[in-house]
Amino acid sequence: MSSNKIRWSSWLPLVPALALLAGILLVPLGKTFVRSVSNPDLTLANYEHLFTDGVTMTVLGRTALTAATVTIAALLLGYPYAYLMTRVSARTRGILLVVVLIPFWTSVMARNFAWIIILQDGGPVQSAFEAVGIDDVVLYGTTAGVTIAMTQVMLPFMVLPLFSTLGAIDRKLLLAARGLGSSPTAAFWKVFWPLSRGGVMAGVMLVFTLSLGFYVTPALLGSPQQSLVAQLLAQRTTLLLDFAAAGALGMVVLVITLVLVVWANRVGGTVSAIGVVATSQPKDR
Amino acid sequence: MSSPARTRRRPDTVDPIPWWLKVVGGLVIAFFILPTLFVIPMSFSSATTFQFPPPGFSWRLYENFFTNPVWLDSLGNSFLVASLTAVLATTVGTAAAVALSRLDGRAARFVRTLLMVPIVSPAIVVAVAVYISFLGWRLTGTVTGYVLAHTAIAVPYVLVSVTGALGGFDQRLLKASASLGASPLTSFVRVTLPLISRGVLTGGIFAFIVSFDEVVIALFLRSPLFQTMPVQMYNSVTVEIDPTISAASSLMVVAVTIIFILPLLLRGRAGSRQEPRP
Repeated sequence: MSSNKIRWSSWLPLVPALALLAGILLVPLGKTFVRSVSNPDLTLANYEHLFTDGVTMTVLGRTALTAATVTIAALLLGYPYAYLMTRVSARTRGILLVVVLIPFWTSVMARNFAWIIILQDGGPVQSAFEAVGIDDVVLYGTTAGVTIAMTQVMLPFMVLPLFSTLGAIDRKLLLAARGLGSSPTAAFWKVFWPLSRGGVMAGVMLVFTLSLGFYVTPALLGSPQQSLVAQLLAQRTTLLLDFAAAGALGMVVLVITLVLVVWANRVGGTVSAIGVVATSQPKDR
Repeated sequence: MSSPARTRRRPDTVDPIPWWLKVVGGLVIAFFILPTLFVIPMSFSSATTFQFPPPGFSWRLYENFFTNPVWLDSLGNSFLVASLTAVLATTVGTAAAVALSRLDGRAARFVRTLLMVPIVSPAIVVAVAVYISFLGWRLTGTVTGYVLAHTAIAVPYVLVSVTGALGGFDQRLLKASASLGASPLTSFVRVTLPLISRGVLTGGIFAFIVSFDEVVIALFLRSPLFQTMPVQMYNSVTVEIDPTISAASSLMVVAVTIIFILPLLLRGRAGSRQEPRP
């Protein structure tokens, strides 16, 4: 009997955290869901509209495409970087790790403002292209510019899980493959790459999922004509005041994200990556 | 000179890092660092637009920032909201982390996962849901509203940080202190808290930064009477084209960097404190 009492009291310190979570997050989200399916009678009309309004599906497709591009770019840049991290001295590795975390600790607005300066018309990137004879490179106000800026913030989420996976691979296997007459390229693709797939999967899932929810970067660097799903959600809420329709869209985005997160956890490795994310700095999502 | 034994000890000589890999590494480093560096020269620009490179040197943007009540008020609001958030989130998060460290089983694991939901949910979805609810509760544009919303998203960071610190905590110490007649609260204050203080402090710093730098929810909760610094920065690029944002950005970068480096310095100092005592 006394042990039961102890058990109940040991749950007590969790009450404030759970109350806060319920009041600020779960109740508003629950109300959003109820609003999205009531008219005031039970209806799925708001969800049907998402498929038929001609806008939502286009925007969702564009968002998925942007997230996929960011993921591929982050993988192409992050894999060699993470590999390099496993090869250098401990001191250099420390520096490379600090550099990875820079996008985390630069303020969201400062970072996005910096990208506005760099990508704007007449800015340094455009001038650099003009100097080599390529005129009219427009990145500001385009999905390409948004993708570049997003890739920078998302790279740490690719590099960190990859680093922990690549660091655990026994390099003697590569030397063995070389010793048996394999070319460096073949040794990489046949030995190293398959062993690194867990980290690749974790990084890919993490970057793709987080990229779906970006709001500030596309709002500042993109164009309203090429909006991503977060902008559409904001617009339906604050401009159109269509809370029911916005709620339906928000639920779809939330469910897609949570399903991907759960799946990523099953795939493995992502839990630790999210731990890293948690103790680092979240940006912009 | 190169004996086989030596080559075996240094596989780098057989397996060097290819030059192109170093080039890619250098490019990625530039990609990480360069963008932020553009902010600092911009903040000394004499231009009234965002033109780059700056046409001349001037302190005008900093002068603007520190004399314009709109900027100063938003800075003050951000400090207020972030400080209150840090205190509230650290208290709530530490209590939760300590409780969870003593519980196990399905229910405890579920609660831990549940408390991490704010980190994985897209900020925009949270912002929209919170905004609509807060409209009804008359919390938009209030300090209370900002602090509650920011605390909800900051608690997971405290939870992770304190849980990490609790990893090396020996639960038998609590039994020892209880057997010596200490109440659970006394045990917590005199035994647990000193041992996890660094995790608690780190969590508090994270909570402060999360709030201080939060844009998306802040954009929805703003009112003409109350807005935070990131919101004013957002306005200055979208509505006003006010280059004062360069000064604000530089200050934000410097401030957040200092706050972020604090735990590292503390960790270093605490490490040296673990030297054997006389």
